[in-house]
Amino acid sequence: MAVITDDLALPPRRFSLATAIRRNPTITFGAVLLTALIVVAIFAPYIAYSDPFKIAPVNRLRPPSERWWFGTDQFGRDVFSRTVYGARVSLFVGLTVAAFSSLLGLALGLLCGYFRRVDGIVMRVMDGLMAIPSILLAIALITLTRPGLGIVIVAIIIPEVPRIVRVVRAVVLSIRSQPYIESAIAGGTKNAKLLMRHVLPNALAPLIVQSTYVCASAMLIEAGLSFLGAGVPPEVPSWGNIIAQGRTFFQIAPWTILIPGTFLAITVLAVNLLGDGLRDRLDPRLARRL
Amino acid sequence: MTAYIVRRLFATLPVMAVVAVFVFFLIRFAPGDPAAIIAGEDATAEAIAQVRAKLGLDRPFMEQFFIWILQMLQGDLGVSIFSNLPVSRLIVQRVEPTVALTLSTLFVAVALAIPIGVVAAWKARRLVDRLVMGFAVLGFAMPVFVLAYILIYFFAVQWQLLPVQGYRPIAEGFWPFVESLILPSVALGVTYMALIARITRASMLEVLAQDYIRTANAKGLATDRVLLLHALKNAAVPIVTVIGIGIALLISGVVITETVFNIPGLGRLTVDAVLKRDYPVVQGLILVFAAAKVLVNLIIDISYAFLDPRIRY
Repeated sequence: MAVITDDLALPPRRFSLATAIRRNPTITFGAVLLTALIVVAIFAPYIAYSDPFKIAPVNRLRPPSERWWFGTDQFGRDVFSRTVYGARVSLFVGLTVAAFSSLLGLALGLLCGYFRRVDGIVMRVMDGLMAIPSILLAIALITLTRPGLGIVIVAIIIPEVPRIVRVVRAVVLSIRSQPYIESAIAGGTKNAKLLMRHVLPNALAPLIVQSTYVCASAMLIEAGLSFLGAGVPPEVPSWGNIIAQGRTFFQIAPWTILIPGTFLAITVLAVNLLGDGLRDRLDPRLARRL
Repeated sequence: MTAYIVRRLFATLPVMAVVAVFVFFLIRFAPGDPAAIIAGEDATAEAIAQVRAKLGLDRPFMEQFFIWILQMLQGDLGVSIFSNLPVSRLIVQRVEPTVALTLSTLFVAVALAIPIGVVAAWKARRLVDRLVMGFAVLGFAMPVFVLAYILIYFFAVQWQLLPVQGYRPIAEGFWPFVESLILPSVALGVTYMALIARITRASMLEVLAQDYIRTANAKGLATDRVLLLHALKNAAVPIVTVIGIGIALLISGVVITETVFNIPGLGRLTVDAVLKRDYPVVQGLILVFAAAKVLVNLIIDISYAFLDPRIRY
């Protein structure tokens, strides 16, 4: 007994950044990469050394050089500046979609897991939505509306929500049967308080992990949609659009595709690594299974 | 067994019903006037009215709904706004390349990913394992079209080993057919392969920690027998599940891959329809793709019963 009390009496260890980094190399690497990309996106006007929209036919299809770091496209536009601005679109879409689908998915997931009567109907709808490949669902919505960043975001949110709902619902269902919930109910705790106090905190970790994957997937879908010509309007320098416009001249100017493509892959990689690291840290049971 | 299959079969009906209803409501509740958008930027009021009539949007709501349901049950997916051809016919014409691409990708991915995953689990925490996991992480982050262009750049443009683009039907000879599918299948398959390899490794690791594996090793069975017969067989359920989940990835990827490689399949049909805002075609394709996905899930569910006799829902 004495040993145990001694153990508990130990002062809490001071938080040390160095230890945290050493223990979570994946999170650190992902977070640093992502932060760097976010900085690039925010300060795009200062980092890009020239106007990403400026057309200069004299300089068309120049290979990467000291003057044009990433070369130029078929209109003589500077690929470096366009790629830097493209980070804004990708990250904005990724983060917005992750935020909104998490909120929506969390609300629906709590509702489904907790109020069994809603569950049947909502989950059938979610199953149906999940049967439609996400890029097609987005395409269908985009066919029916005027092109714009807003509609692209909505079109990506709809197919991503069911993924969050499922995760949150599963957590809620497993918590519901726990004795402490029963005793809280017996003690007369109101539903709202029960959800906020006892259920929500448990659902948070898997929710955060899942939303990083949603963020990565949203960036890939946005780029895919732009690439197909069904994404953000063509004049917006998004990575997908830069790649789509480089297609015709790919064989003579591969840099117009490969460079923004690499940036897209690195960004998605950073978010995925952050997600993997957080999963290992926050949800060890799931981590062991993957 | 039969009862289980029949029950699973019936369970697909509500899913397809939701998809159908969703597609029906999408055009009716889309913001703005879809008919005006489909008709184009500077369409006259008359042209817009024509499109509206063609889509049946001018009729009472409930009537539209019942007509839509009846048509669907008869396999009638409507008529293309631009070509005036039945959507079902357009789809049937384009099925072959997509099925060929999907199957060859499935084959390439599964044939490579499972051995990779098994070896990674066997040599856990060694160099091979780290390389496999590294590949898996990269595979997840790689956009299909970026990888496709990298492959084209090296294999078709620089080294000229394979065709840059295009599709050759199997009727034109087996080798040209295979040749035209290699790069698209690899480009489309890498993410899928990463997913399967990762799950194979995880599932194998779990099984390899079991007592009966230690017993099998202790009684002197050859490693390959233990890995394949004892371990892989018991690790199969999660692997099969993820192969099923991955079909969704493949279907989304098909749309992009067919565009990059200029393959005249369902994916190209989708993109062409979107660019022309031919909604009846898009809607028909969604139903077909969703049905394909539901069908794959059904097959996966049924295969569980064979893989693991304990599974009965």
